[in-house]
Amino acid sequence: MKIRVRVNGQSYESDVEPRKLLAYYLREDLGLTGTHIGCDTTTCGACTVLLDGKAVKSCTVLAVQANGRDVMTVEGLEQDGQLHPLQTAFWEEHGLQCGYCTPGMLMSGYALLQDNPNPSEEEIRRGISGNICRCTGYVNIVKAIQSAANKLADAAEESGDSAKEVSTSGSSSD
Amino acid sequence: MFPNSFEYIAPKTLMEAIELLKQHGYDAKVVAGGQSLLPMMKLRVAAPSILIDINNIDELKGWRNESGYLRIGALTRHADLEHSEELREQYPLLAETAVWIADPLVRNLGTVCGSLAHADPGSDWGAAMLALHAQVEVAGPEGKRQVPIDDFFVDTFTPALEETEIVTAVLVPTPVGRVGGRYLKIERKAGDFAIAGLAVHVSLASDGTVAEAGFGICACGPIPLRGKRAEEYLLGKKLTPETIEAASRLVPEDAEPADDLRGSAEYKRDVLRVFAKRGLSDIAKELQGEVVLR
Repeated sequence: MKIRVRVNGQSYESDVEPRKLLAYYLREDLGLTGTHIGCDTTTCGACTVLLDGKAVKSCTVLAVQANGRDVMTVEGLEQDGQLHPLQTAFWEEHGLQCGYCTPGMLMSGYALLQDNPNPSEEEIRRGISGNICRCTGYVNIVKAIQSAANKLADAAEESGDSAKEVSTSGSSSD
Repeated sequence: MFPNSFEYIAPKTLMEAIELLKQHGYDAKVVAGGQSLLPMMKLRVAAPSILIDINNIDELKGWRNESGYLRIGALTRHADLEHSEELREQYPLLAETAVWIADPLVRNLGTVCGSLAHADPGSDWGAAMLALHAQVEVAGPEGKRQVPIDDFFVDTFTPALEETEIVTAVLVPTPVGRVGGRYLKIERKAGDFAIAGLAVHVSLASDGTVAEAGFGICACGPIPLRGKRAEEYLLGKKLTPETIEAASRLVPEDAEPADDLRGSAEYKRDVLRVFAKRGLSDIAKELQGEVVLR
């Protein structure tokens, strides 16, 4: 079956078997191996991607169901060679050990911060409750997401300040 | 893991979907969120030759208020109800229940009606819809019909659906008076199926007596069960420590739990009693202030 899917901003046209799962389509057909397959039974969340902006387990969505829709994978976080602040925070806070769950944790963390830019520790823990870390490194994962929330808030404030500066300078030149 | 091969069709109208069911009967399966069906297909427990994806059927999307009830369309996701602030006051049990289902990723796709049609005895929505005295709206070749939730669960994984029928919505009656709702669930780990669960719905008339009472019991029988004795007992009474105690002792009497790896039948019954007491006490506090339960 022919499908057209937008992945990380790029459009792809593919011919897939209806039974192919989105996770396998991303990895095998598009070569986007950042999305990991862990349990393959809708439990672990290693395969988490965003489908039309919502975090879902891509082992439990058919590739044909993504037809005409927008997918974001962990490869879509980095922009112009710059890691996303969430990725930097995982690095700095040591939010990964073996790294297998990390792409899923990043995508769930990303979706959480989109909906709730300033989550409490409990909200973070609930937000990643569909993602299992078998190294049990949750403490640092939570810290990393908290740190990313702060980074993003600071960045938003800075851009707000610079916008203000612009308007101030604009008015002073009047 | 891959399912068996199947043909995939995503019709744009309900009529087309029903026509496909008429053609293919039990060889076909309907998918909405797919969070139970796809895992079953991957394990080859289910092996439909035709998969009918109803996600493109606009009339099944979202919830809306209609005269006398809230209509929850077949494509309403668990997450839609979890985050529906507008429904908090009149239908608190919906968000209270939604947040207990699986995890945020599953809740973004899984649907309320799909969960009902799956008819898992551990279905949190089954218990909640019993407590809310809901009706299931079903469409087939002869048109639409409504099935009271009490008649909808025939047996484990067996809903009262013909092979040519689709669940199109669940209808929750608009409550009268002040409404309280709680969903209480004990699970082995976050996001798991319940060891035991209880949905509690109460509305109070202006004189403080119970106008509506609903108890839905989860994972304690072959199907979700109604705590009928406790409902009948509470109607017309005020919520006091004594009536709450008495009602909470009646809830386990309608449960049919089995001994299994999750716990003994005796344990599950006692959990239900404790849940009924906690749920009712919380609701009493919320609706009556601190007066009743010091």
